[in-house]
Amino acid sequence: LITHRCTTTVMAAAARFFIRGVNSKLSITGVGTGVHSSFGATLLKLTPSCNSRSKTQRRHAAHFTFQPDPVPTQYGPTQKMNLFQSITSALDNTLASDPTAVIFGEDVAFGGVFRCTVGLRDKYGKDRVFNTPLCEQGIVGFGIGVAVAGATAIAEIQFADYIFPAFDQIVNEAAKYRYRSGNLFDCGNLTIRAPWGCVGHGSLYHSQSPEAFFAHCPGIKIVIPRSPVQAKGLLLSCIADKNPCIFFEPKILYRAAVEQVPVEAYTIPLSQAEVLQEGSDVTLVAWGTQIHVMKEVANMAQEKLGVSCEVIDLQTILPWDIETVCKSVVKTGRLLISHEAPVTGGFAAEISSTVQEECFLNLEAPISRVCGYDTPFPHIFEPFYIPDKWKCFDAIKKMINY
Amino acid sequence: SGKMLSNISNVLRACAQKNGAAVVMSARTYADFTTQATFEIKKCDLFKLDEAPATQVVMTRDEGLQYYRTMQTMRRMELKADQLYKQKIIRGFCHLYDGQEACAVGIEAAINLTDHLITAYRAHGYTYTRGGTFNMQIVLLRGGIAKGKGGSMHMYCKNFYGGNGIVGAQVPLGAGVALACKYQENNQLCVCLYGDGAANQGQIFETYNMAALWKLPVIFICENNRYGMGTSVERAAASTDYYKRGEFIPGLRVDGMDVLCVREATRFAADHCRSGKGPILMELQTYRYHGHSMSDPGVSYRTREEIQEVRSKSDPISMLKDRMLSNNMASVEELKEIDVEVRKEIEDAAQFATTDPEPPLEELCNHIFSNNPPVEVRGTNPWSKLKSVS
Repeated sequence: LITHRCTTTVMAAAARFFIRGVNSKLSITGVGTGVHSSFGATLLKLTPSCNSRSKTQRRHAAHFTFQPDPVPTQYGPTQKMNLFQSITSALDNTLASDPTAVIFGEDVAFGGVFRCTVGLRDKYGKDRVFNTPLCEQGIVGFGIGVAVAGATAIAEIQFADYIFPAFDQIVNEAAKYRYRSGNLFDCGNLTIRAPWGCVGHGSLYHSQSPEAFFAHCPGIKIVIPRSPVQAKGLLLSCIADKNPCIFFEPKILYRAAVEQVPVEAYTIPLSQAEVLQEGSDVTLVAWGTQIHVMKEVANMAQEKLGVSCEVIDLQTILPWDIETVCKSVVKTGRLLISHEAPVTGGFAAEISSTVQEECFLNLEAPISRVCGYDTPFPHIFEPFYIPDKWKCFDAIKKMINY
Repeated sequence: SGKMLSNISNVLRACAQKNGAAVVMSARTYADFTTQATFEIKKCDLFKLDEAPATQVVMTRDEGLQYYRTMQTMRRMELKADQLYKQKIIRGFCHLYDGQEACAVGIEAAINLTDHLITAYRAHGYTYTRGGTFNMQIVLLRGGIAKGKGGSMHMYCKNFYGGNGIVGAQVPLGAGVALACKYQENNQLCVCLYGDGAANQGQIFETYNMAALWKLPVIFICENNRYGMGTSVERAAASTDYYKRGEFIPGLRVDGMDVLCVREATRFAADHCRSGKGPILMELQTYRYHGHSMSDPGVSYRTREEIQEVRSKSDPISMLKDRMLSNNMASVEELKEIDVEVRKEIEDAAQFATTDPEPPLEELCNHIFSNNPPVEVRGTNPWSKLKSVS
């Protein structure tokens, strides 16, 4: 952790950062949309006792700290990778093992705006990794066609915020193909990937979390990983799954999340929530970036309130693992669900409703949702909008004292 | 007679102040310069048109100075925005317009402020020509206009509908605005801009159909700067003749680096619309020096030589400057003085913007809906409610 004054040049700060290497104690904010990392987007979290923090620096500190999981040993040799590298690895494994697999989207050929497809075109050829023009509806429609014809289609939508022109294709075509053809046809070979969630400076159209819109649609699966190891396993599961899947990748974690990731292909089962830490007093449910916030909240609750929290990563939003969540709530009696998307109609509402149906008599307090405000994702007000650890902590306090 | 001269110069300076363009008095008198000259400009490529914009055009000294000042202001503003972004004073996304100044200035020169304009996210130039002062702009880039909720991509002012982030989404909107103009019979039109990347979006074609069917007074303008983010037009489009894409809509292809070409073509297009003939499509061939946005260095998909070549051979500001100097419409010193003034104005604006207070937190929830009295907006959790005023 480094203290620096605002007169330090960004380059010097970046140099220091790289010399120290990436470790989980540093929080990084900002992901560029271009090929090259913008050094200016990298900032270091300062120690709480530091007083020389300038207004600018305070504003740029991330709202979470990435917490890596222990190194997985059951999938073979591992390599240090960040989130976008683990995605590249998954795609690499897929293109190698499945000769029908194709990857397409805007700017994927040179490696993608988040570098998720770097090197794949050179390795596998331009007929397997290719660019599409700027037309999301076209991309998904085309992807459905590719999938129906039998090839494995991996479509990239450049930002989840741009997925809406394709909404009709996803909801009306992809999700209903098997159903309306009585299982004669299906587009299970389709996987749609999109960068998702807040990034510190994304504002209205580079920060959205649209999982709730799609959760309302039977026929598709929605998956959101929290880390590189999870991302690779879950993406490979989505690709293998015989249903159209939407895979949202938390863009703020593309560089910030670094873990030891297995080099070989492996899958993590869908529709299985993971209990990250056991507890007895409160169940915390989240997905994606918010998991790291929740882990911190769990620590804070333990230290300051003596409250033991059970943290669950939902991973698959649709169909979600009702059993794991309900079993946990039966044990603890309290549930807090948190996501960046606006609270009204957000996915927390679905979880909340189902849990109160199943576990009504076990609840000690009303189910709490700590989510984004019911506003469009704001520009400079972002730090106030997002459900940070203090808001979650506050909610836990209220639940405990109910 | 020296005193009289300075009196005259003071009076002329005072009454020549319009649209932010001051007539600069240099050591030489006003009478030394040519008041207007005729220029030969490039012919436009035509599609389904029998007539064409004029190729012999007149530009007066005043017009020239005004175009020069406006373009130079836009150029300096973009460079300043670049600087402020790198200092993290401006955040979010920032898409710079330098290189394309002739488009904004030429278009505005041919329409009225009562006409309407809508564009995509590379909008700083248009915000300025449409009347947003650059003071406001730099403030807004920090979060001033739109009270900090939008940032660089979402700037608006009277008859300027932004500033739109989603590619292609602004085109049907533009047609709608044009319909309102036609309906209200106010002889106004709507200039609806989009880029070469957006030209492949489905909603553009839906809009072409509606505009042509209902004969809407809309000028569709495709600002073809050769790259949709990092993809060159050849790799994105089956047909790079964007001015022909309207199929049943007449089209023009214009040299977008020459402010006079753009002005003449827009004049022609505006006449076409206002005479009730329906929509028309213009392709402006232009170029951006910066990358797609501040996160894009702009050299991974094109060579530095290419950028340099355009800068040296086709820069809109240089072209105008050469024209004025070689026709004795202004002196080198006069233009230099304008440069210095512009630089100072931008510096002051940046200074103002950096010290301007941030919008208050209450603004976060305002203007979601139109509501009277204020409604309550759910905050983080059900028992936290915020007020939304609109």
